[in-house]
Amino acid sequence: MSTAFKTDGTGSPPPALTRKDFQSDQEVRWCPGCGDYSILAQVQKVMPELGIPRENIVFISGIGCSSRFPYYMNTYGFHTIHGRAAAIATGLKMTRPDLQVWVATGDGDSLSIGGNHFIHMLRRNVDLKILLFNNRIYGLTKGQYSPTSEMGKKAKSTPYGSIDAPFNPIHLALGAGATFVARSIDVEPVHLQQVISRAAKHKGSALVEIFQNCNVFNDGAFSHITEKPVKDDMELKLEHGKPLIFAKGKKGIRLNQFQAEVVTLGENGITEKDLLVWDEKAAPELPFILGSLDKPTPIGVFRAVERPVHHELEVAQSQQVLAQKGEGSLEKLLNAGDTWSVN
Amino acid sequence: MKAAPMETQTAPKTVGPPPTKQHEEVSNVTIRFCGDSGDGMQLTGTEFTRASAIAGNDLQTFPDYPAEIRAPAGTLPGVSGFQIQFSNAQVFTPGDQPDVLVAMNPAALKTNLPDLVSGGILIVNTGAFNENNLQKAGYKANPIEDGSLSKYRVYAVDISKLTDLALEGSGLNAKETGRAKNMFALGLMLWMYGRPTEPTLRYLKSKFSSKPDILKGNETALTKGYHFGETAELFAHQYEVKKAKIPSGKYRNVSGNEAVAMGILAATKMSGLKGFLGSYPITPASDILHELSKYKNFNFVTFQAEDEIAAAASAIGAAFGGNLGFTTSSGPGIALKQEAIGLAVMTELPVVIINIQRGGPSTGLPTKTEQADLLQAVVGRNGECPLPVIAASTPSDCFETVMEAAQMAVRYMTPVIFLSDGYIANGQEPWLIPDAKKLKAIEVKFRTDPTNFKVYERDPKTMARAWVRPGTPGLEHRIGGIEKDQLTGNVSYDPLNHEAMVHTRQAKVDRIAQDYPPTEIIGDKTGDVLVLGWGSTFGAITQAVTELRAKGKKVSQVHLRHLNPLPTDLGQVLKGFKRVVIPEMNLGQLRMLIRAKYLVDAAGINKVQGKPFKVAELVSRIQEHLS
Repeated sequence: MSTAFKTDGTGSPPPALTRKDFQSDQEVRWCPGCGDYSILAQVQKVMPELGIPRENIVFISGIGCSSRFPYYMNTYGFHTIHGRAAAIATGLKMTRPDLQVWVATGDGDSLSIGGNHFIHMLRRNVDLKILLFNNRIYGLTKGQYSPTSEMGKKAKSTPYGSIDAPFNPIHLALGAGATFVARSIDVEPVHLQQVISRAAKHKGSALVEIFQNCNVFNDGAFSHITEKPVKDDMELKLEHGKPLIFAKGKKGIRLNQFQAEVVTLGENGITEKDLLVWDEKAAPELPFILGSLDKPTPIGVFRAVERPVHHELEVAQSQQVLAQKGEGSLEKLLNAGDTWSVN
Repeated sequence: MKAAPMETQTAPKTVGPPPTKQHEEVSNVTIRFCGDSGDGMQLTGTEFTRASAIAGNDLQTFPDYPAEIRAPAGTLPGVSGFQIQFSNAQVFTPGDQPDVLVAMNPAALKTNLPDLVSGGILIVNTGAFNENNLQKAGYKANPIEDGSLSKYRVYAVDISKLTDLALEGSGLNAKETGRAKNMFALGLMLWMYGRPTEPTLRYLKSKFSSKPDILKGNETALTKGYHFGETAELFAHQYEVKKAKIPSGKYRNVSGNEAVAMGILAATKMSGLKGFLGSYPITPASDILHELSKYKNFNFVTFQAEDEIAAAASAIGAAFGGNLGFTTSSGPGIALKQEAIGLAVMTELPVVIINIQRGGPSTGLPTKTEQADLLQAVVGRNGECPLPVIAASTPSDCFETVMEAAQMAVRYMTPVIFLSDGYIANGQEPWLIPDAKKLKAIEVKFRTDPTNFKVYERDPKTMARAWVRPGTPGLEHRIGGIEKDQLTGNVSYDPLNHEAMVHTRQAKVDRIAQDYPPTEIIGDKTGDVLVLGWGSTFGAITQAVTELRAKGKKVSQVHLRHLNPLPTDLGQVLKGFKRVVIPEMNLGQLRMLIRAKYLVDAAGINKVQGKPFKVAELVSRIQEHLS
């Protein structure tokens, strides 16, 4: 008997699952020290708390190191082709709204070869949970610069430095009309779990950019943010309804014209009241401004708003047509229009 | 103008030769309507077709229009045409050459006159033959007046002016009146061949239900055109084409693209699954998307994707979810989808890929027909990537062929490529409507039993792996594009496993031929020439072979529906003939496959003009092999 439990939380509750229930029998084959291990662990930890039966969860990926992800999850999984995970997941979600569908992808997969599907998935607000592993490098193909590599990046294919300006995934997602945009870091397990959990519960496309260290081809890409001595000064946690404070409460962010300005509390009479209070539901211009900030680098939920969800619109439209026209009859379809009889 | 609708209703009922007109029976007529692409020639042709079908003739049509929506008015590239052959006997093609040409402007006359048979009827709209239009068409003198049309029976009618006069006081402006002149021309042609006007009047009522003035204008123009034929002394003849003797039953007209859409809905219904179409607009396939998007009450979802790749990918995603996935496109779009199709081959998911072929390469000839995607379908992917390829031969054949493609996809867990082309996609023919109750069910089996589940374990008869719907407890599994272990489906780089899987995928597709009926030979089993064809050339080949056989030539015909795998008895069939001749609208793609597989010295008859074969062409080219 299949469980009556549904992804929307209705139905009889499933048996409680544990992290182990989400581990597949496959040996995890990322390089030792890869940031992907942490992401996998955090996802497996979050899964049981969602209360969704394993069989109703699907992980879909493209190509790249991150896209091996589905093999390690004991759910339904589909490791597809380069860049197309979002498109395949869209077809699945449109026809199987009962499933919770995740997309595991990387900066090359989603922002370069799959850039088109990425933006269209977000504009449509397809109910997919997207884990974007951003290591700012092509790992699986052994070290070419990626669409998020910084200008001047020296990599296998750019021995004299990259001349391409990088994409900012937060900006791209906001520009595409994403309803949930967040960022976390592989080495911040608790924060990462919180963000993944929020994404899982969001209705509509939920993008989580995860800074992920590739210790083989781009080691230390985020160490200027994550290393102990600088971390407090460099990580800015976005928390809805709270003022933007970092550096152990010494510094904050205030809005100055169209820029996020770093200020020191107590200096020039600045108090907490002058700081920007974070609002996830603000117009996209505000998270866009914060997305431009790199010192400190904001992590957390940039935006979480509601807008009609793609498959719900599809279902509503189908039901409306069904109500108007009744269930389609092949007999009527074939005999429609002008017909004539030959004796 | 109250009288007009009254006359409209009575006119068709009084069809029959007025006493002053001669009444002549003919067996077979080909008419071509041509004019500017803004003149409504496709509509005129379609309506004439409906009337002819209802009059009981067999028929075939060929719409031929430019790629530009509206090329500059009056110019040669802007000419749009619609040809129909109708007959009191079975017809297989839209006709080689028109017997009647209706030319609405000088450009249309210029581009189409060379095709008109000598002594043919030429109806020209003199109202459009002004200096400006003549110049645009490159005429130095007015051909109606300079004697250059003397070998035709010319009817010079100022259709523009007559329509204007008919609609005086109708409240329509000059532009709207101008647009109604095609209805006048249609009315005239309906009279000339004794066809009913009711079907068109019904159509107009539904199309212009919210625009009563325009409705009345068009009705009036149609009726006045009809009456003009009846009363004008210009026309001495009314022709009659009697009903054709065709199998009894209920008929409708159908184009290939309509039949594809209905076939997809029928396959969906007969499978009991939810259907899904992922598609991206492309000529000449878009009509299928338009049509299917109307049928949300058939448990069918359409998705206009962001690009061709996403269209194919979304269909694969739907198939992974246990739904019946389709994607429709034309050659350039198929090229973009090929990597995704390879994924469906690798993961063994049932998807039907529909290719309405057009002239290539690259953008090529978007609105013209060609058969040059056969090799793209059979071998156009990376790696050893076999899949079944199936082709429809006539507009109505698209229905059954699509259903078979879907059945094959599900039964063998494989993507299937269905080939049609611009010629049969847009061409219409009468269709003996199948009995919906007698359509064959498409059997679908989802695995639900978790005991000893191995993802790539195969059915002994079909070699298909099990289809598992996500959501089934205990069967959670992962598939992907990386080579898989032949049993568990886990990633495997083992060299011998890869070789085994390459052979297995090929063997599975080869096995599909076990379901084919024996190859049908039209004609004798042995002889001098076997004409081997596939796809939309069916009509022209059939007619050509029929004519040659009538002359006592030892010619037979085989028309392939299954292009991959080829039928297992085909090699034996080919051996019965001294020569195998393969007509194709490409440079010899089936010929290449046949020569490679059977080591037969097959000859080609190849045409790549964006136009279908003419029967006469084929007769003469086949004859070259009979000496």
